[in-house]
Amino acid sequence: MEVKQFLEGLWTNTVNVRSFVFNNISPYYGTADFLEGPTAKTEKLWSICKKAMAEERANNGVRSIDTNTISTIDAFGPGYIDKENEVIVGLQTDELLKRTMKPFGGFKVVQKALSEHGLEPNEKLTELFSKYVKTHNDGVFDAYNDEIKKYRSLGILTGLPDNYARGRIIGDYRRIALYGLDFLIERKKEDLAKVTGPMTDEVIRLREEVSEQIKALKAMKRLGDKYDLDLSRPAENAQEAVQWTYMAYLAAVKEQDGAAMSLGNVSTFLDIFIENDLEEGLITESEAQELVDQFVMKLRMVRHLRMKAYDEIFAGDPTWVTEAIGGMFNDGRTKVTKTSFRFLNTLYNLGPSPEPNMTVLWSDDLPENFKKFCAKVAIETSSLQFENDRLMRDVRYSDDYGIACCVSHQDLGKSIQFFGARTNLAKTLLLAINGGKCELTGVQIFEGVPEDKDEYLDFDKVQTNFRIAMQEIARVYADAMNIIHYMHDKYYYEKAQMALIDTNPHVNIAYGIAGLSIVADSLSAIKYARVKPIRNEKGLTVDFEIEGEFPKYGNDDDRVDMLAADAVADFNNELKQFQVYKNAEPSLSVLTITSNVVYGKKTGATPDGRALGVPFAPGANPMHGRDELGAIASLNSVAKINYEDAQDGISNTFSIVPKSLGSDIETRIENLTAILDGYFENSAQHVNINVLDKETLRDAMEHPEEYPQLTIRVSGYAVNFVRLTREQQLEVISRSFHETM
Amino acid sequence: MDGGKPYTVDELYEIVVKSKPYFGKNGGVTVSGGEPLLQAKALIPLFKKLKAEGIHTALDTNGRILNHFAKELMDDYTDLVMLDIKSMTEEGYQQITGQKNKETTFNVSTHREASGKPMWLRYVLIPGLTDHPEQLESMGHYFKDYKTIEKLEIQPYHKLGVHKWEALGWEYQLKDARENTDEELHTAQMVLKPYFKSISIN
Repeated sequence: MEVKQFLEGLWTNTVNVRSFVFNNISPYYGTADFLEGPTAKTEKLWSICKKAMAEERANNGVRSIDTNTISTIDAFGPGYIDKENEVIVGLQTDELLKRTMKPFGGFKVVQKALSEHGLEPNEKLTELFSKYVKTHNDGVFDAYNDEIKKYRSLGILTGLPDNYARGRIIGDYRRIALYGLDFLIERKKEDLAKVTGPMTDEVIRLREEVSEQIKALKAMKRLGDKYDLDLSRPAENAQEAVQWTYMAYLAAVKEQDGAAMSLGNVSTFLDIFIENDLEEGLITESEAQELVDQFVMKLRMVRHLRMKAYDEIFAGDPTWVTEAIGGMFNDGRTKVTKTSFRFLNTLYNLGPSPEPNMTVLWSDDLPENFKKFCAKVAIETSSLQFENDRLMRDVRYSDDYGIACCVSHQDLGKSIQFFGARTNLAKTLLLAINGGKCELTGVQIFEGVPEDKDEYLDFDKVQTNFRIAMQEIARVYADAMNIIHYMHDKYYYEKAQMALIDTNPHVNIAYGIAGLSIVADSLSAIKYARVKPIRNEKGLTVDFEIEGEFPKYGNDDDRVDMLAADAVADFNNELKQFQVYKNAEPSLSVLTITSNVVYGKKTGATPDGRALGVPFAPGANPMHGRDELGAIASLNSVAKINYEDAQDGISNTFSIVPKSLGSDIETRIENLTAILDGYFENSAQHVNINVLDKETLRDAMEHPEEYPQLTIRVSGYAVNFVRLTREQQLEVISRSFHETM
Repeated sequence: MDGGKPYTVDELYEIVVKSKPYFGKNGGVTVSGGEPLLQAKALIPLFKKLKAEGIHTALDTNGRILNHFAKELMDDYTDLVMLDIKSMTEEGYQQITGQKNKETTFNVSTHREASGKPMWLRYVLIPGLTDHPEQLESMGHYFKDYKTIEKLEIQPYHKLGVHKWEALGWEYQLKDARENTDEELHTAQMVLKPYFKSISIN
């Protein structure tokens, strides 16, 4: 390959994008003043996209669906928005916003999604998938036992990726731009040759997987050909670097419809090519911004075919094109470049948007001007989330990482994760109080917990039984995950993404919990007040009477905050006891997406005073309205959950009214920057920032047509507010919007 | 004391120390009210501890009282006094506050100026009541030679407090007042500009 004027390093002869970035980056410490607005071409394209999205909203959330073709890397002809104005090309199909069938996750789900729009797959495909072709979903249910099915149907384990694609894997999409496909194919062929006998299950599987990866890389060349792009060679300028990177990502979202399909950490990489072209006078700043705007526009147009039920757990049609921006190298240099600014600037040039899911990697030593710009963008668009770069580097070591889905660190090109949705920890506590029986149905879920007949709940007894319940649930959870990921690899292997990751990478298994604040407050009520269970004729606890006061999570009170932190640590320890497929390393998240609403529905009254069916707080948030001591106390409580115990991430969604940040934009920027510095100094991991008045949201509910781009952070991602269901909108409005610091 | 929640000095100090990482370069503690100078004696040990921790301290006061506790608190432990000027006339002062003797406020400003330590003035601009150009001009004249005033904050009038008064069964004295227009705020700023180093509209 041609090595241009770039400084050589480890990357020159082996696949190592970090080394390229590390050696060639131009850190930027200046202000945002250099940024340019959108070009005429960009504006033209975006107006077409906006019109198409309005049609999509008007047509029940879907503009069109192809029912004849299975989407693969090189399926469909080339597609354009408006060819003559596109500097970055490529759509998932031949038509803007057209959705496609990816049936290998589960054919029934595809049928269901189509039927909800009055469509069905063509007859030949229906025959094939009903009679001859097996899917991930078929495989999982062949292997599930009755116990797992029971846990699933009673809402103890929910949202598991057993009938949809697991996602979360991040291909290192930069590799095609840096090396070209021919080089990558050669390296994978070398890897394959090194995978030798004895031919155990593992070795055979790996040989098959690497062979699949090589086929995927070849299919990517054919994808490039459709757009007259020679992806076999490295990118030679900024436009090509952006285009090549996008083609790699496009291959992934043509083949897979994983819940979250993160982009990684491309802005700093692309900056090297952009800076080079600017220096040589090949492009202007306006043209540099145009490349980024049009790339981001394409990312905003990614669509997957989903059935309606999916909306309960992942509301608002998200795709999680998560891009991690900023952060530091372990040697103390910043990864902030002008292109970090250019990416954020798309939220002005194209207006606010939930996608790509822009995630700022925050560190106390980031350049001050960048911090201020991020705070400004967060205040003005409510489209950003922030993660603690210093903390994640300290605990996870890698400084070249993306964010999988919402909050999870993933070493780019070196590591992947197996997504595991979440278990309902609040319900787990109720099982402990009910002798292992479901509080709603009376079904015996597990044995080993004695029935509680005491007049008042005893804290020590509840804690002991809670621990037993955790052990049982962890065991079944691990069983389910092993089956799911075995089958996903077998029937819906992510060959495009895995082709852009080192052969046989490190794997994390990503478990999760919902209902943490309910657990903490319930345990606190039992410990510090007197809680009297109200039992029905079957002996099931259907309600609780609380006598006296108790400290509540979200007020910076160690008495209850440590109950939350300990519950996370305990469950994480239980999960670690189990062997996992592909020797994956267990990790845990405190993250709900929007499933906090549906989890609440499936959970009876809890000892904290929450009534049956009431939504949980999202992620690691304190329960709405219970964090009474203001914003800082609320943040401090969440910060006490130890990241080491929840390395898949601890999500906090923080909403504050503009006035309480200050009277003018300068003061607000200064205060938000101080909040972020303080929160992360306290070792918190993640925060979504919304700076909004509830009145705006209420008005958007009444007049959705006037707010097509109103974006709000929910739990690890952002949504177009007007695309949420009414129930979800009301839940968002019910959350704490801090009016005091 | 009715309402509110009593805290000991140590409890307050604990809360502040936990918030310290969030202060940034310009953060710190502001005690407002009610009227903090009424509790000056109790605030002295708190501010003393905060200063020992290197934490910036501020008082948001209307200067209702100036006893030796108030003087000690301001002179020795308060980095910034934010003084609320209700009115330049005795009549206006009584109409707004229901209290007599505007001079106590000016005694506090005089004392602060003599101490040489920083002060901000705050002035609520109520249409038809406190926004006459002559009133503003007289305020400017009164303070124009002060060296310790870093800033004047003009606070637009809002009616957010009305329902609280009504809930308490009190008659809201200013219920006929309306909120300021942008033009009125601009005019007031122009009148006051020659007299103050910096003016902000909150």
